[in-house]
Amino acid sequence: MSAIKISGLSKTYTTGFWHRSLKSGLKDLSLEVHEGEVFGCLGANGAGKTTTLKILMGLVFPTSGSATILGREIGDPEVKRQIGFLPEQPYFYDHLTAAELLEYFAQLSGVEAKSRSRKVAEMLARVGLSESSGTQLRKFSKGMLQRVGIAQAIIHEPRIVFLDEPMSGLDPIGRREVRELIQSLNDEGRTIFFSTHILSDAEALCDRVAVLHQGELRGIGVVAELTAKSGGKVEIVFEGKQAMPNVQQLGGECRVAGETVRAILSGSVVDKCIDSIRQTGAKLISVNPLQASLEEYFLSQLPDVRLQERS
Amino acid sequence: MIHRLTFIAANTFREAVRDRVLYNLVAFALLLVGAALLVGKISIGLERIVLINLGLSAITVFGVVLSIFIGIGLVSKEIDKRTLYTVLARPVRRWEFLLGKYLGLTATLIVNTFFMCVGLFAALLSVTRSLSQTDLPILIAVYFILLEFLIITAVAILFSSFSTPIFSAVFSFAMFVVGSFSDDLRGFAGMSEGIQRQIAYALTYAVPNFAAMNVASQVAHGVRLPLALILHNTLYAIFYSGMALSAAVLIFERRNLK
Repeated sequence: MSAIKISGLSKTYTTGFWHRSLKSGLKDLSLEVHEGEVFGCLGANGAGKTTTLKILMGLVFPTSGSATILGREIGDPEVKRQIGFLPEQPYFYDHLTAAELLEYFAQLSGVEAKSRSRKVAEMLARVGLSESSGTQLRKFSKGMLQRVGIAQAIIHEPRIVFLDEPMSGLDPIGRREVRELIQSLNDEGRTIFFSTHILSDAEALCDRVAVLHQGELRGIGVVAELTAKSGGKVEIVFEGKQAMPNVQQLGGECRVAGETVRAILSGSVVDKCIDSIRQTGAKLISVNPLQASLEEYFLSQLPDVRLQERS
Repeated sequence: MIHRLTFIAANTFREAVRDRVLYNLVAFALLLVGAALLVGKISIGLERIVLINLGLSAITVFGVVLSIFIGIGLVSKEIDKRTLYTVLARPVRRWEFLLGKYLGLTATLIVNTFFMCVGLFAALLSVTRSLSQTDLPILIAVYFILLEFLIITAVAILFSSFSTPIFSAVFSFAMFVVGSFSDDLRGFAGMSEGIQRQIAYALTYAVPNFAAMNVASQVAHGVRLPLALILHNTLYAIFYSGMALSAAVLIFERRNLK
């Protein structure tokens, strides 16, 4: 069974004083997320990531299309017992302490009274906030709020955790902590659906990703396969500068360090390149296939963005 | 469902207390102390009447201001700060959230009014040196004021479910003022003719009838209040608040939380 199934989801907002202008937030989005995987929803600001999450959470109603979570329609109260949600830049009731907030959300999620206190303490320990449990949230830093946000999302042990930009605005240490938390949740068998525009985080965490741009799905798949598609380059290292002209003639980009030359060129000319290196008497050291980064794949899906940036 | 309503109401009450909403009681106490000191000097023989009128009016004004300003923020503040998102992502229905918030604010207003009522009786005791059975109807007047709060809070929530906080405050306050003069509006309708008469009558039924709930003057003069009036006002307040809240729920259920 799919954890999440989205079919032809579209959302059009009305804007302006008379609500006559239309703005598309999501266009015919269809995708499936499997149980137990970490799924990343990538895109620049305004790509439709948050709209997708809000529709799945029942905060915004789709203009057309449908979605199911664990085989049930979104909005079904039973579904909401199985999911946890961390909104973007979370802000919680700041009159509450961390422990009171978790207690409140545990109550609303239907966690049994006898196990509530224990779960609150466990969650605070898990996100490293045991010592701040009695501090009002108005005194929390952004990183601490993010951690308490993750704690409230998992206090009722949901099967699917939705995280909207969980690493946004955090310092490197905070990002690493949140990344480890997400990884540990996945290790427990929970499905993670998270949106981000930080590609290195997606690359490190996700089994599969979807790339959204201006409300449209531009690509979806396993990270390694997607990056392989836009890769296909090979790095060849050799000693002997005399082979450089031949390599450059084959389209190789060369960097020289002493007698060692590092050349990057298309995989289709590797054999010719190796032959020409040997012919000139240079010494071949290594041949390594290069995989493109997720960033390269991401940008390859958004050619119009690059054009706009250049103009 | 009942549990979730209780949890949301309790959190709303706790928020009001921690945000120092009940500090208005200090201002109320100062006002009554000042009034008690002055009343004896400027209204010889009428101290009791003046103090009851002043006290009940102050309870109304303080409570209405709280009802409107907290009522309009109950939903809009949660949307602005996005605290609502994590609540509605749980098995909480939108109407449960709205009703829970309403009950939480109602509890706050009841506690607030209770302390103001205690303050009024204390001021009365200090001025008249004794309390008698004729002072008991003051409790009925306070009860009617509470019914007004129930209605105006529901109206504030209704306006805030589709309007901005500023407009909601203006509309709610306008409803309170017009509702307080609903008897005059009915009189105006009776004297008017044609379309003007129909509009005036329609307005009379649309705005809350707060005039029927203002019994400060009768209570101050020791007039007995009929049981039928208590029953009528109670049912009217339940019906009017119920209708306003139902309309608010209908709007809120369809609202996109951007």
